[in-house]
Amino acid sequence: MSPLWIVRRIGLYVLVSVVLAFFAVPMLWLASAPFDAKPGLGLRWPDWTSSNVVATFEHPYALTSLVNSLVLCVVATVVTTVLAALAAYALSRVRIPGRDLLLYLLLLLSSVVTGTAAMVPIFVMMLQLGLINSQLGTALVISGGLLPAAIFILKDFMDAVPRSYEESARVFGASPRQVLSHVVLPVARPGVATIFVWAFVNAWGNFLLPFLLLRDVGRQPAAVLLRTLYDEGGSANLTVIPVFSLLYSIPVVVLYLFVNKRYGFRFHGGIKS
Amino acid sequence: MDSSGLGVRRAVGFVAPALLLIGVFLVFPALWTLYIGITDYRLTGPAAANPRVVGVDNLVEAVRDPLFTNSVWLTALFVLGSAVVGQNVLGFGLAWLLRTVRPGVRRLVEGLVLLSWILPGTVVAYLWFAVLSRDTGTLGLLLGSPETAWLVRYPMTSLIIFNVWRGTAFSMLLYTSALAAVPPSQLETARLVGASGWQTVRDVVFPHIRGHVLTNTLLISLWTANDFTPFLLTAGGPDHRSEVLPVLIYRQALESGQLGYASALSILLLVGNLAIALVYLRLLRRRA
Repeated sequence: MSPLWIVRRIGLYVLVSVVLAFFAVPMLWLASAPFDAKPGLGLRWPDWTSSNVVATFEHPYALTSLVNSLVLCVVATVVTTVLAALAAYALSRVRIPGRDLLLYLLLLLSSVVTGTAAMVPIFVMMLQLGLINSQLGTALVISGGLLPAAIFILKDFMDAVPRSYEESARVFGASPRQVLSHVVLPVARPGVATIFVWAFVNAWGNFLLPFLLLRDVGRQPAAVLLRTLYDEGGSANLTVIPVFSLLYSIPVVVLYLFVNKRYGFRFHGGIKS
Repeated sequence: MDSSGLGVRRAVGFVAPALLLIGVFLVFPALWTLYIGITDYRLTGPAAANPRVVGVDNLVEAVRDPLFTNSVWLTALFVLGSAVVGQNVLGFGLAWLLRTVRPGVRRLVEGLVLLSWILPGTVVAYLWFAVLSRDTGTLGLLLGSPETAWLVRYPMTSLIIFNVWRGTAFSMLLYTSALAAVPPSQLETARLVGASGWQTVRDVVFPHIRGHVLTNTLLISLWTANDFTPFLLTAGGPDHRSEVLPVLIYRQALESGQLGYASALSILLLVGNLAIALVYLRLLRRRA
């Protein structure tokens, strides 16, 4: 251990600490403000209280919006995962005419047509169809946006399932439906779980589409309500906002912990490199 | 017959529902943008009922519109500063440095970086208000200038730093898996001949991960250019000084009600996306 080595190690840890602080400091607010008697937009040691929590639960729309988020998110996630799994399996196993072109277009679409670039036509279309304020409609729009990438990533997982498994299942007389549900899906489960979590986190955090398409406050998800929480005086309602932010963040944090423990965050498939 | 026993007809049936949703909610809107973009369609008023085709007038107007040129410039700055440089460099730096620290420290840092990536955008916006706001904001307290309203005085710099915080996780993950593929023997050789850290990165690591750097840069540029989160932080203000393209499109469409003009702006964003995506797909193909 030369002195140079020690200096380098110290330098390394100083650098890592700075980065750690950069990422940690903004998050501390989420731990302090919800339980502070005088919550503000800033960081300070709280005067501990639970009255903000009570106020949040009594807020007329806070819990409704979390339920709305859940409905929107579950519909969008389930539709995305199921349809993507079916499509990815078929595309992986059967040479449908034009398959390669289709896959190429899907990959292109998934990156080119974003919610931001297509917001005007999506808004106009839903307006003319009378689907403004429809939660199901909004969920389907979100699914439509997630599907191309989901199919593409899942196809990689499906390609990795050995075909000999299906062949032996069929020798024993399994129908295609049984092959899919009893052989292929269990083997491809990490892929399906990846897509499920990815779609859930995306739909849960999506702000733009519900903001455009759900105008009735009773139907808005948490992402939109959080943006519009004002008190009687017209300024941001800081009693409710911190607790609500915390409640709204819990599902993604739980999912993150689950994924981290079960699979670890790393790249499999999808991003080819 | 294929291994699954599906047959072409049933396979088409499996693919059809997904394609239907994609067709209705993605392909059709994209094509419709092209049409709305050449009309004078408005949210309200006479042009709402009977939009007129005005051809390329919208595009001509956009190119002459100082708000649009301002927005393109700000978007380029945002992408260059926060994605191409910020997320790329910090993401690689983290992947590189965290190889050698203790596992506990590594997990902690990675966990926080990932958390800042997956927290909902609206929550994250409040977290950064708490950092950047006037009077009580954390940054003002740390730097001893509580009277500075950072988002008002330095809107673009704030957005760029915010987006580095928000998006570095992806680059970190990608470079971590890329670095795992660099042969350890080559790193060992570099160490034995006394190469400095920078020399090792440049001469040993970079040739192995060049493809990853390009992939990463293209993807994060595309996402950053289309990111709507700046709206949550500054809503384009003050005085259009942080009005990146997605925010401009939203304000023109929903606040000014100029749907036709906003669609023309969307077309330009779509063309930009298409250019980046085509380069990316070309790279993927060449490597495959």
